[in-house]
Amino acid sequence: MCGIVGFLAKTPELRANLGEFVVPMLTCMGDRGPDSAGLAVFESPTPGLLRRYSLFVPRSDYNWSDLRGRLMAHFGGEINLIARERHALFTAGVDAATFRRHFESHEPELHLLSAGRSISMFKDEGHPKDISDSYGFTKLTGTHSVGHTRMATESAVSPAHAHPFTAGEDFCLVHNGSLSNPYSIRRKLEKKGIRFETDNDTEAACRFLEWRMREGNTLEEALRQGFEELDGFFTLLMATANKLVLVRDPFACKPAVVAETDDYVAISSEYRALAHLPNARQANIFEPVPEQIYSWTV
Amino acid sequence: MDRVITLDLEKQTVREINQFLHHDLGETSARVEILNPFGVHNIAVGRDAPVDVDIRGHAGYFTAGMNKQARVTVHGNVGWSVAENIMSGEVRVKGCASECAGASGHGGLVVIEGDASSRCGISMKGCDIVVGGEVGHMSAFMAQAGTLLVCGDAGPSLGDSLYETVIYVGGAIHSLGADAREEPLTADDRATIARLLAAARLERDPGSFKRVASARSLYHWHAGADHKAYS
Repeated sequence: MCGIVGFLAKTPELRANLGEFVVPMLTCMGDRGPDSAGLAVFESPTPGLLRRYSLFVPRSDYNWSDLRGRLMAHFGGEINLIARERHALFTAGVDAATFRRHFESHEPELHLLSAGRSISMFKDEGHPKDISDSYGFTKLTGTHSVGHTRMATESAVSPAHAHPFTAGEDFCLVHNGSLSNPYSIRRKLEKKGIRFETDNDTEAACRFLEWRMREGNTLEEALRQGFEELDGFFTLLMATANKLVLVRDPFACKPAVVAETDDYVAISSEYRALAHLPNARQANIFEPVPEQIYSWTV
Repeated sequence: MDRVITLDLEKQTVREINQFLHHDLGETSARVEILNPFGVHNIAVGRDAPVDVDIRGHAGYFTAGMNKQARVTVHGNVGWSVAENIMSGEVRVKGCASECAGASGHGGLVVIEGDASSRCGISMKGCDIVVGGEVGHMSAFMAQAGTLLVCGDAGPSLGDSLYETVIYVGGAIHSLGADAREEPLTADDRATIARLLAAARLERDPGSFKRVASARSLYHWHAGADHKAYS
C-alpha cells in the first residue's frame, strides 16, 4: 500500500515548526506503511561551495566523532556534524561527487542518503511513529518536506529500500504504487553509466527523472517523458530545492489528496492525515487528476 | 420532534460507533448525528435498519458501505468507495466523492451533490447513482444493472464494457469506453431521469440529458458468426 506526505510552508512561523505539522501526517499514514519510513526536509540553500550531506550507518554504536576527525584530516577545513542514532547530518565545503567517491573507497560502511545545498534526509526500518520519535522529526525546520511510509510489496524491507530515494543533488522522490518495467529502465540507464544502490522499483523512476534533468530538462519535462517510460501504478511526490511536485499515473490507481491554504500546501495519500492541520476544513481540498503535473514553488 | 443521538469520533472509535449502530440502537425513530469524522474510514458501514444518520464533516473510505435501509447523509466530502455494495436505503454526500462511489451497489440510491471522481459506479449491480457535478474517468466500468445519472460532464472511457446499466449525462462526454454507445432519448428515459432527479432533490431539465447504453457486442458470444478456424 504505502503512504505519502508532503508539506510546503508559506510563512516563517510554519517553516520554524515544519516538523510539528509533518509528524502527525507521517504517523497517521503509518497505517498504510508500517514497515519503514523516511523524511526529507529542505531548508534555505547553503552559501557558496558548502553542501549538506545525510549519512546512514546500519548500526547504533558507530563512532560519528571519529568519522568527523577522519573527514577533517582528509579534506581539511571545518566539518559540522550532527549525529542522531544511525544517521548523521553534516555540512562541508566539498562537492558531492568527491564525497561520494571518498565514501565508497574509504568508508564503505556508510551510505550517503542525500547531498545538496538544501536537502537533509532520514530513513529507517520500523513504524513511522518510532522513527519520528527516535530521530526527533518534530524539531525539524524548513521550507518543505516529503515523507513516506512503506508497506513493501516488491523488494526487501531495509533502510536502503525505504523512501525517499535521491539522485544527484537536492532531488528526492517518494512513490505509492508499483512499476512493472523498472528493470528495463534500469538497463537503459546503466548503459549510460548510472549506478543503482538497490533493486527497488522506485529507484529506477528517481534515477530516470534525475538523468533527464541532468540532460537539461526541467522536472516537468522529465515527468512528461516519464509518463511515456514508466509503466505501472504510481503516485509520485517529488521535491527539489524550491519545489514540491505531484503526479498520478494515467489511471489514477493510487490515491492522493491536496489541501491548500494561504499558509501551506499539504499533500497526503488520504484526507485523514490532513484533517487535523490548522484550518483544514477551510482549505481548498482537491484530488489530483491523472497525468497532470502539480507543482508548488517555495 | 425526533430524538437525536449524538456520537463523537473524537470520543469513541469508529468500531465502537459502528457496533452501537448495529447492535445497541435497535428499532428507533431517533436520528443519529456523528461528529468530528476527520476523514476516518468505514463510518456507518453495514447498517441494516431504516434510521437517519448524519455525518458532520469530511469522511474517509467506505463510508456507509453495504448500507441497507438506512438514510446516511455526509455533510462534507468522502474518500474512496462511498456506499460500496449498497443494498437499499439512501447515501447522500453533500460535497464531493473520491474514486469508486457506489461501486458494486445492488440497490438503493447514492447521491453525490458535488463531483464524483474516477470509476464512479464501477460494476454497479442495480443501485441508482445521481451525481450533481462531474464524474471522472472509467465511470460505470462493467456496470451491470441500475442507472447512473450525471448532471455535469463525464470523463474519459465512460461505460467501458458496459452490461445493462443505463447512463444519462447532462454535460459533455469526454469519450465513451469500449461497447458503450449514445442512443436516442425516449419518453421512458425522460420519465426515469425525472424520477431520479426528484429522488435526489436536484432540479434539471430531463430532456437535456444524453443516454448511453451498451451496444451488447462484447458480452454476446458470436460463436460461429465469423469462425474461420475450420473453413
